[in-house]
Amino acid sequence: MPPPPDLLSLFLHFLSLSLLSIGGAITTAPEMHRYLVGQQHWLSDTDFTGSIALAQAAPGPNILFVAVLGWNVAGPAGAAAAMAGIMLPSTTLVLAATRWAREHQQARGIRAFTQGMAPLTLGLIVATGWLLAAPYVAAPEHRLATLALIAVTLALTLRTKLGLVWMVLAGGVVGALGWV
Amino acid sequence: MAGERAAPQDLWALYLAFNRLALQGFGGVLAVAQRELVDRLGWLSRAEFLEVLAVAQVLPGPNVVNISLMIGDRFFGLRGAFTALAGMFVLPCAIVLGLTALTGQFLHQPLVAGALRGMGAVAAGLILATGLKLMGGLKANVLGRSVSLGLAALGFAAIALLRLPLIWAVLGIGGLGMALAWHRLGKD
Repeated sequence: MPPPPDLLSLFLHFLSLSLLSIGGAITTAPEMHRYLVGQQHWLSDTDFTGSIALAQAAPGPNILFVAVLGWNVAGPAGAAAAMAGIMLPSTTLVLAATRWAREHQQARGIRAFTQGMAPLTLGLIVATGWLLAAPYVAAPEHRLATLALIAVTLALTLRTKLGLVWMVLAGGVVGALGWV
Repeated sequence: MAGERAAPQDLWALYLAFNRLALQGFGGVLAVAQRELVDRLGWLSRAEFLEVLAVAQVLPGPNVVNISLMIGDRFFGLRGAFTALAGMFVLPCAIVLGLTALTGQFLHQPLVAGALRGMGAVAAGLILATGLKLMGGLKANVLGRSVSLGLAALGFAAIALLRLPLIWAVLGIGGLGMALAWHRLGKD
């Protein structure tokens, strides 16, 4: 029998990952998998990937997958413990850094930081889109249809003011019908 | 902030704005954040959004969560930061946990898997479109357009093609960008 989940360990695990989550909490997902599935046996492999897929599909920031993992480990209290852990250190640091940077915003170092980082940030956004698309495009039976869907999305986003949520919902319908 | 730019009237307006953008964010919020905060509300220019995003990206935590904290703080201080954060989280968290409690076991049915695939492909397209739009924000960059685009292309190659850990892209390409910007700023 796996040991019963204890909330303090759950909280401390996510707390320890918070400051490592540069580029988003999803970058620490392999470490969460190692701990929750491999070491503690609180979740099965399927539970783990299902939790992430569900959070991706639901509205809201992707970090909510942490709440879903916590919920699947220990119900509502588990969700609260996991979210508190992953949010507390990074939120504190971001607020402190933001205020410090604003007080010194005309300093050459701060301006060099924001101006110098902006191009990389843009490259990372395009890379994220690329990596999100890659698994669909890699599967030969879905390749053409998903490429077409992505191209239509690009055209509609750049050329119209259509609400983005309608495009995602339409994508869901098209997918459920088996067209992509 | 530029003097004439629009701003939220009060905390409630701030809450509603972030609540609205979070609820539209199926498969990720970044594309919606750009559309809402820059295109619709006009609280930030594209260049400002890109600057906020650059900082949000290199600090720990999800970039959209960091954006909500930074923008809330910018308008209303600490109260604003937590109001924007609440807008981003309260309702979406209730929805996703409700879905977890109700539908976890349906995730692997073909209909649901197909819907998730369609939504995922659109979400990827939205992020790509956001990147293309934000390229306009580089016009104001002190590095100049061609150097900026070159660094962006290097960043894309490092992460998407070479799959380097993010920290190396930040230290290498980000560091190069910062050094060049430091040099150019010294000439003003």
